[in-house]
Amino acid sequence: MKYSLEKIETIAIAEIVMPKSSVLDLGCGDGTLLSVLVKDKKCRVQGIDIDEQAIYKCVARGLSVMHGDIDTGLSEYGDNSFDYVILNQSFQQVKKPDVVLKEALRVGKEVIVSFPNFAHISARTQIFFTGKTPVTPSLPFAWYNTPNLHFLSISDFQMFCRKSNIQVSRSVFLGSRHRVRFFQNLLALTGIFVISNQGRE
Amino acid sequence: METTNEGNAGIISTQYFTFAQPPDEMKLENGETLGPVTLAYETYGNLNKERSNAILIVHALSGDAHVAGINRENGDPGWWNTMVGPGKAFDTGKYFVVCSNVIGGCRGSTGPSSINPKTGRNYGLNFPLITIGDMVNAQKRLIDYLGIKKLLTVAGGSMGGMQVLQWMVSYPEMIRSAMPIAITLKHSPQQIAFNEVGRQAIIADPNWKQGDYYGGPPPVTGLALARMVGHITYMSDQSMEEKFGRRFRSERVKNKFAQDFEVEGYLQNRGTHFVKRFDANSYLYVTKAMDFFDASNGKPLAETFKGLKAKVMVIAFKSDWLYPAYQSREIVRACKMAGLEVTYCEVDSTYGHDAFLLETEELTHLIGYFLEKLFRGEVTAEYEI
Repeated sequence: MKYSLEKIETIAIAEIVMPKSSVLDLGCGDGTLLSVLVKDKKCRVQGIDIDEQAIYKCVARGLSVMHGDIDTGLSEYGDNSFDYVILNQSFQQVKKPDVVLKEALRVGKEVIVSFPNFAHISARTQIFFTGKTPVTPSLPFAWYNTPNLHFLSISDFQMFCRKSNIQVSRSVFLGSRHRVRFFQNLLALTGIFVISNQGRE
Repeated sequence: METTNEGNAGIISTQYFTFAQPPDEMKLENGETLGPVTLAYETYGNLNKERSNAILIVHALSGDAHVAGINRENGDPGWWNTMVGPGKAFDTGKYFVVCSNVIGGCRGSTGPSSINPKTGRNYGLNFPLITIGDMVNAQKRLIDYLGIKKLLTVAGGSMGGMQVLQWMVSYPEMIRSAMPIAITLKHSPQQIAFNEVGRQAIIADPNWKQGDYYGGPPPVTGLALARMVGHITYMSDQSMEEKFGRRFRSERVKNKFAQDFEVEGYLQNRGTHFVKRFDANSYLYVTKAMDFFDASNGKPLAETFKGLKAKVMVIAFKSDWLYPAYQSREIVRACKMAGLEVTYCEVDSTYGHDAFLLETEELTHLIGYFLEKLFRGEVTAEYEI
């Protein structure tokens, strides 16, 4: 059976989450991941999304979901309110990723971030040979209609974590069919990182 | 005929529940007592064996117990007929729905127009000032009387939303979920100001006579004016533009200050229609109760819903400027701080505050699924839309 990249990501993230934990999903979309976490991992979940249609879909699944902006919506949560805060493909879509990540690290004991790798070999060759904005399986949009506001590579994120004293406890790299074990910044379409504030655990 | 329509709640008779017979009068929040107290109420559907399918719907300022179906006496459809009935959002095929008129009201429940047993005359201004808390305490007596220990949900828009919030604060152990719609934790000065204009219009009417007008001509001019102001706040700039534009009325009187525009005629019409079914003193008492309402009761927001375990769904409407969405987000904030599972949707509507009565499709989706999943206690991987 061939899974879409989105489905592979959902499975990979669901694998990371410990059973019965509490989860806040920032940019939860139609609630695919959250419903898997409730059904398979018995998690207590809460979603946030800015899109009204996403809210209707989540409610239809029986999920608790808030219609709002994750750039501003985290301040009222206390420190460590959730076992996990998830930014599944929404990290690169917020206005201020550094601020959102800081807030997510405050609110969650651990944060799971997944984003498309801008330095994938296919993106590199497209820029080099055609001189055009790359379109890849994890970056499927044209420059004029992409929801992504920031373009980062796996190396960028790793460097950012080192610089910001963010501890990476686990990372998973996905290609179009299987996990990528070597030369991740070149071969992975998507990076998934489990991070926390340094020195917390 | 609407009565034979499938999906309608059918022909409904209003029922009456009287309690707090002297000397066991009902204690009000301001320390005064009231009794006997009658609540007009209606029920739809059947209470199941486990008594787990009961829903309380609470009404807005001018609403009443008749939420759905066709009234046996006057043939009126319910005020939320689009939402309550077999196969509708509040599916009376599955749930047992209760709706009662608030105390202080004038649609069958005890209010200022009721007869004061001590004097044999209408209460008028001898009626005590009641609060949203008192309204909810009276509803609780009705729910007890109906043998319901725990409500599946309490739902309501506008002032109904205030009662929902009050239920969350007063009887958290009695609700599995709550749906405050198009409402606020407490009135802003602007909201108090609009209510005060309405009250002053009534008080300035010479027929009001310190509230002692029963038996004589009622202060219809003042009450109609209050309602006109209200209707302006229930609509939006865009919905008024779409409904009336700058169109003139078809029949115009030759008079300098006649109602030339359609919007003027509409407001006048709503006003004169309203005075036929609503008591001016009730308008004063109920709007005052709304102004004094504060769900947090002066406590910090974080403590407002402490200890509550219910699932909450807050709904606001983008064009509602009477109860703007930021006030609903404040309710959501209080829920978040209390660690509640909260759902919030800001529906993209142009109807203004009236949207909670008119955006049937969106509300049916949200409320229908929310209740169904809660009732069955499940989350599904697939959704059908």
